[in-house]
Amino acid sequence: MSAIREPFSEGESLLHRLDPRGKVAAAAAFSVLVASSRTFATALTGLCLAVVAILCARLPWRKVAARLLVVNGFVLFLWLVLPFTYPGEVVWRWRWFAATREGLAAAGLITLKSNALLLGLIALVATVPLVDLGQALHRLRLPDKLCHLLLFTYRYLYVFEQEYQRLTQAMKIRGFRPRTDLHTYRSYAYLAAMLLVRSHDRAERVYQAMLCRGFQGRFYSLKEFSWQPRDRLFLATAGLSLLVLAGLEWLLPWTLGRTGGG
Amino acid sequence: MHISEGVLSPAVLAGGAALTAAGTAIGLKKLDYEAIPRVALLSAAFFVATLIHVPVGPVGLHLVLNGLMGLLLGWPAFPAILIALFLQALLFQFGGLTVLGVNTVTMAVPAVACFYLYRGLLRRGGTVAAAAAGACGATAILLSGLLVAAALLFTGEGFLTVARLVALAHLPVMAVEGVISLFVFQFLKKVRPEMLEGIYGPGSH
Repeated sequence: MSAIREPFSEGESLLHRLDPRGKVAAAAAFSVLVASSRTFATALTGLCLAVVAILCARLPWRKVAARLLVVNGFVLFLWLVLPFTYPGEVVWRWRWFAATREGLAAAGLITLKSNALLLGLIALVATVPLVDLGQALHRLRLPDKLCHLLLFTYRYLYVFEQEYQRLTQAMKIRGFRPRTDLHTYRSYAYLAAMLLVRSHDRAERVYQAMLCRGFQGRFYSLKEFSWQPRDRLFLATAGLSLLVLAGLEWLLPWTLGRTGGG
Repeated sequence: MHISEGVLSPAVLAGGAALTAAGTAIGLKKLDYEAIPRVALLSAAFFVATLIHVPVGPVGLHLVLNGLMGLLLGWPAFPAILIALFLQALLFQFGGLTVLGVNTVTMAVPAVACFYLYRGLLRRGGTVAAAAAGACGATAILLSGLLVAAALLFTGEGFLTVARLVALAHLPVMAVEGVISLFVFQFLKKVRPEMLEGIYGPGSH
């Protein structure tokens, strides 16, 4: 079974049917706003917006939760370290551990922001199939070559993943057992190197095939993006919510305690 | 190592994004249309190679290989790493949109730096080249660790301990990457020396 999948890109929800260009633009604006927020009010509102978006996308919640768990590993690490090492007013003490108010606040704010950003990314960008995303980014005036690189890299991820599975299977059949020794490291290095060699050889063939088909530095897509009334509605709603976020951040900085960490 | 979303300050995020834009622009400029399939497929192979978990005692560390990526690609490693991290953010939600710039800098700057640092030694061949390849892999991770720590420190002085721990966590990875990079280099030199032409070529491509 493949480890690389796009579990969120398939679906029939309203959010899946929106034009990817609008979603990407909204996701970018949302991310910048939330990432630069310093107040709990903004971070919490951002998280609520992201949760609403996730609910609208009707994604399999188990998979979303699984992703959140993995990604919150770093946040957990911050919770274990930040409160006890951040300089500030001590609010809780046990043996030689002393937690500071500022440290707890910083960890809390990061947790909110981190999860808001992740959910936003899943709801707005991960719901676009990558091939469409490549085209959408191209329309949004990202450099040609960068979009080509993205689409090509994505296209061959799966090919090399299968190649990798095949090679590891071959190693297992020959009795390879990973241990902490030089033999293991050498074997894994050769495995990685073999993947690189295969990619080199395949790239040669791919390029020749492209030349045969008259490649002139341009990809043609059969996909037509169409801008619908619902996209206008989405963009208006998203714009309004983002204005609220910005207002919370800059017009009401005194609402809830400011923190210095963010 | 990826820094998660929501941790760094806006100034650090903006700085990372600006550096990534500049590095990517240079990388793309040095990249002909002809080379796009080669770079993209290598990038895909590197992406898959990072799925390999190498046992170190009781834990498994996954490969990074940014030093090798620098060796094989030179400046185009910048856009290639950017794409790989973007895909990781989308497919696995490691990292995200706003930290993409910083994460790219922490991986790609060491890659390009190692390319120029070790190119002279790698050309010599024999044991010197093998040792240089190992050092290249290790140095790239060391620099990555330092850059990640710097990004955290610039965010706030309260992150000092976090930054130290994160930098320390790079040390075992550094050792593993050094050994792996050495073997990969030796293998490529034997099996497909033309893949290393970026090192031996007259200028950087």
